[in-house]
Amino acid sequence: MIPASKRRLVSIALIVVGLLAVLGVRLYDLQIGSHAKYLTLASQDQVRDIVTPSVRGQILDDTGQVMVGHQSSLVVAVNMATLGQQADGGKAELARLARLLNISDKTLTESVRICTAGVQQPCWQGSPYQPIPVAQNVSQQVALQLMEDKSAFPGVSADIQPVTEYNQPLATAAAGLVGYLQPITPQELAALHQPVTGFTGEDLVGQAGLEGQYDSALRGTTGINEVATNAAGQVTSTIKDVKPVAGDNLVTSINGPLQIATENILANSVQAAHAANPGATSGAAVVMTTTGRIVAMASYPTYNPSVWTNGLSETEFKRLFGTRDGEPILERGTQGEYPPGSTFKVTTLTAGVKSGDSLNGSYDCPASTRVGGHTFMNDSGNQGQMSLHQALVVSCDTVFYNMGYRIWQHDNPKANTVTSPKAPVQFEQKVELQWGFGKGTGVDLPQESGGTIPTREWLYYYWKDNAHTGQNWCKYGRQNGSYIQQIEWDDCRYGNIWLPGQAIIASIGQGYVAVTPLQLADAYAALANGGTLYSPRIGQELVSPSGKVVQKITPPVMGHLPASKGTLAYIRSALQGVITSGTAAGTFRGFPLHQVCVAGKTGTAQVFGKNSTSVFASFAPCNNPKYVVVMMIPDSGFGADVSGPGVRQIWDAIYGLQGKKAALPGGKLPATPHITGAGTVVQTTPTVSASPSSTPTAGALPFVQLPADTAAGGKSDSGKPWGRAG
Amino acid sequence: MSSWRSSQGLASQRPAPPVPGSASYRGLPPVRLGGSTARRGGFGSGPEFRRGRRGRVRQLLGQIFGPGSPLRHLNWVLLAAVLALCTLGTLLVWSATATNGLNTSDPYLTKSILNIAIGLVLMVGVSMLDYRQLRQYAPIVLAASCLGLIVVLLPLGSLTAPVNGSKSWISLGAGFQIEPSEYAKLSIILVGAMILGDLPRRERRPKVRALAIMLAICVVPLLLVLAEPDLGVVIVMLALMIGMIALSGIRLRWLIALLAGGAAGATGALQLHLLKAYQLGRLTSFLHPSADPSGTGYSAHQSEIAIGSGGLTGEGLFHGQLVAGGFVPEQHTDFIFAVAGEEIGFIGCLVIIALLAIVLLCAIRIAARADDQFGTLVAGGIVAWFAVQAFINIGMTIGIMPVTGVPLPFVSYGGSAIFADMIAIGALQAVHRHRSVFA
Repeated sequence: MIPASKRRLVSIALIVVGLLAVLGVRLYDLQIGSHAKYLTLASQDQVRDIVTPSVRGQILDDTGQVMVGHQSSLVVAVNMATLGQQADGGKAELARLARLLNISDKTLTESVRICTAGVQQPCWQGSPYQPIPVAQNVSQQVALQLMEDKSAFPGVSADIQPVTEYNQPLATAAAGLVGYLQPITPQELAALHQPVTGFTGEDLVGQAGLEGQYDSALRGTTGINEVATNAAGQVTSTIKDVKPVAGDNLVTSINGPLQIATENILANSVQAAHAANPGATSGAAVVMTTTGRIVAMASYPTYNPSVWTNGLSETEFKRLFGTRDGEPILERGTQGEYPPGSTFKVTTLTAGVKSGDSLNGSYDCPASTRVGGHTFMNDSGNQGQMSLHQALVVSCDTVFYNMGYRIWQHDNPKANTVTSPKAPVQFEQKVELQWGFGKGTGVDLPQESGGTIPTREWLYYYWKDNAHTGQNWCKYGRQNGSYIQQIEWDDCRYGNIWLPGQAIIASIGQGYVAVTPLQLADAYAALANGGTLYSPRIGQELVSPSGKVVQKITPPVMGHLPASKGTLAYIRSALQGVITSGTAAGTFRGFPLHQVCVAGKTGTAQVFGKNSTSVFASFAPCNNPKYVVVMMIPDSGFGADVSGPGVRQIWDAIYGLQGKKAALPGGKLPATPHITGAGTVVQTTPTVSASPSSTPTAGALPFVQLPADTAAGGKSDSGKPWGRAG
Repeated sequence: MSSWRSSQGLASQRPAPPVPGSASYRGLPPVRLGGSTARRGGFGSGPEFRRGRRGRVRQLLGQIFGPGSPLRHLNWVLLAAVLALCTLGTLLVWSATATNGLNTSDPYLTKSILNIAIGLVLMVGVSMLDYRQLRQYAPIVLAASCLGLIVVLLPLGSLTAPVNGSKSWISLGAGFQIEPSEYAKLSIILVGAMILGDLPRRERRPKVRALAIMLAICVVPLLLVLAEPDLGVVIVMLALMIGMIALSGIRLRWLIALLAGGAAGATGALQLHLLKAYQLGRLTSFLHPSADPSGTGYSAHQSEIAIGSGGLTGEGLFHGQLVAGGFVPEQHTDFIFAVAGEEIGFIGCLVIIALLAIVLLCAIRIAARADDQFGTLVAGGIVAWFAVQAFINIGMTIGIMPVTGVPLPFVSYGGSAIFADMIAIGALQAVHRHRSVFA
């Protein structure tokens, strides 16, 4: 061997050993260092989850009538992102599909084109990356044909998909109550630990209303069939097979016919008020039992909840959430905050009695009261001495001004001026809170406003938020400026102090005070039932698809009114007088009170720069009250003129008076219905994706993204821009 | 090392052990060295064979196992390592092709065993040749393999139908195929060794002229393989040529010039788009394995997953889930190492690499002790071949080398590849048998 070769052979030997060492090191890295990572990848390679969506539970009214139903149906969807990659843009495939689905080529083409500036309806308004449903309730035969001939129909899927069916007109009348379903957000997905069904790349989850509140019960359990597959996507074995469990049905206490009637009456009332005062565009009405069950809750304007199906278009989004159309998305029964006006006097009366005023005493009802340099007028002039009974019947403001002022004087004066978030709750506010105002009722709806009771703490933060920021009173306020500028100048200096003037207007349900219609109805239910304050409930029971009652829902007791039975009976008798001889006598003229004795209270809350908020709260029968009916219509007029007639018509509808059909004949609630079965389940063989790299994803988000806080409780419909009575 | 030696002071007082490679070590008289192949190999039909049947058997056994038998002069370590690799390979091929449960009638198992048996016969046959005769066969082997490579390229219908875009096989029917490019590697080694090892008298290293002749001849099979196209084989051929040229002792400046020229040529090939898009994709996709996991990087990605999921001890032979699911394409041939990675784990993979190391180090030793420059170059060429091919093959399964279709020597399934490998081992044994006593 020549010497040069010998040297080179040593080099070759070293290179060979080096190469093998490189392999060894890399193998160590793969098999020992990153073993766990590759183990995960390997299981992703082999294991497929075939997810079968569960049939969602239905929402039923108190007779078992379906409000919102969910059916599983075979839906054919077209993924245009896949079809668009074909040379002819998928034209030939669409033509084949149209023949198979037995629809015209034109119809199919139109339903899959994306809505853009120049494209007229019909077109697809959702995300272009989302499979577009083109046919529902297709036969199994067609579905199988599509599945078996995947190569002829790439991008076309046929799968079971829940289809929401709304029972009209009930669903529209109760749109705010039933809520809506929306694609699950990645955050919700993580919180639910639910598998993604993966069909349209989006899973629906109840986002508002009862759909949101009872989502976990309604949605059921998604079925997962975990299978091992080979590289070709063929199933080799089943690892885990969890069958889908249909969701429970929710039986509500909503009475379908009454809900529709209430919505119609409310709509008519608002529209009638609108004719006189164009500002009147919205309102709410609540019908509930005195035991806390909501029988009807109407919000106006309302909308057809089927707009949510297949994604909301931008136009629909604007209509639902925009102020131009009165924000139909708001459920004003729980999200509208309005000054209660004189209906609030019942709370002031109990506070007065608690602080020493006698029910047998005589009270002066002058034309005006002067407190702290301001003059507070009575709407109906000087009426002389009267009992508290009469003060409620004629709704004398000055009696309650004076009562409020006395209570303010009884309070610790230092506490009225202390500026601290830990300031004590003053006497009158304490009583108002005990009536259930100032905080949510805890109703079974996910978004509820709490209303406002101006406690010292609330006042502190209100001033802090608006003195130098927010409304910036100290910047815009003028001592000798306009009315509003004067108020701002005042608020800048004294906004953090509980002034007697504020206490006085709060005592007649104006000023800072705001309540939701449901809060008012709930308070009147407590007044009517003898003092028990319930947390209202819409749900009555959850029934499994097999008909078993899974959960009975009863309105829990939240507390008791701060008044004796005698005081409440005294108030109830006064409210009976309101109807027979008081502020609502004209409204109820001709009403068959001998058949159904209605008691109630009018409220006309003055709002600066607008028409009054018309409020009417009532209960019946007088002696053994069963139901409460409340209506609130902001910016409309007197309580007796707008809401009063509306409430009267609702009583007609409940009892079937004056030619109306009785929704609750004899005032009796229907017996709890027996519910069995869920929506029809259509079973087909699920398909497995053939591409090993495809894993289910959280899915395309809807075309229109909802701002996180839009549908949440942050929004309220307050009718008072400056929180001041005129 | 010095301390080891000093502690063995007593050893020097013992009778000196036979020096490996000396005549006494091998147990045969030096005079037999280089004797007639015809007689020793038993291929002839001398009068001594005309005896009784029993006698003939005894004679034959004596020939095979007797003191003068060539079997006795085989490098048994090398053979054992090769057989171990073949056995492992057969088991892995069996596992890789047992898609519906293990089955002894698996045609791949049968054919794999048959291939190895034929290969062993070829190996023994070649090892019995006087390796210097290989020199005479070199042009014949080259001509035959070039002819095969030309036939492959001819449009002969099903006989030479392309597989995976390459026309590499001559189909003989009944599932038997010939892959001439495997033999072309052998022919390049033999011809290269013949030319570069033929040193003129008093010359200590080959001249540039020899290098030029070698390149001119070897470029013929190279271009033919490139035309198939089989990029993997071309790379292996280039590597073994470079290895042999380096080993030939040619001046370093020529070697550097050659490498520079080669680099320039490769750049030129890229510039002129001589590589097809899919070839370029395969060559570069390993750099970004996750860029297109279902495209060109799919095989490499799946292979990495299979090997990585094997861990220290693997899932057990025949128990690989990914193997059973067929996630790695070509897992019984080019990606057999992925099967090893998943089923027998890091330890099993190290065993395979260690066995390859034994084969390669034996071959290097044989090269070092070869009787002449031809023997050194043949052995060195085989070292370069196996080393580069094993590195490319295992490297592509673990994501450090591009995916090119080269089999793992002795382990991958494939008739022509095993035959060529075994012939190479036979050549190594032949060189070993005639190793220089004085080296």
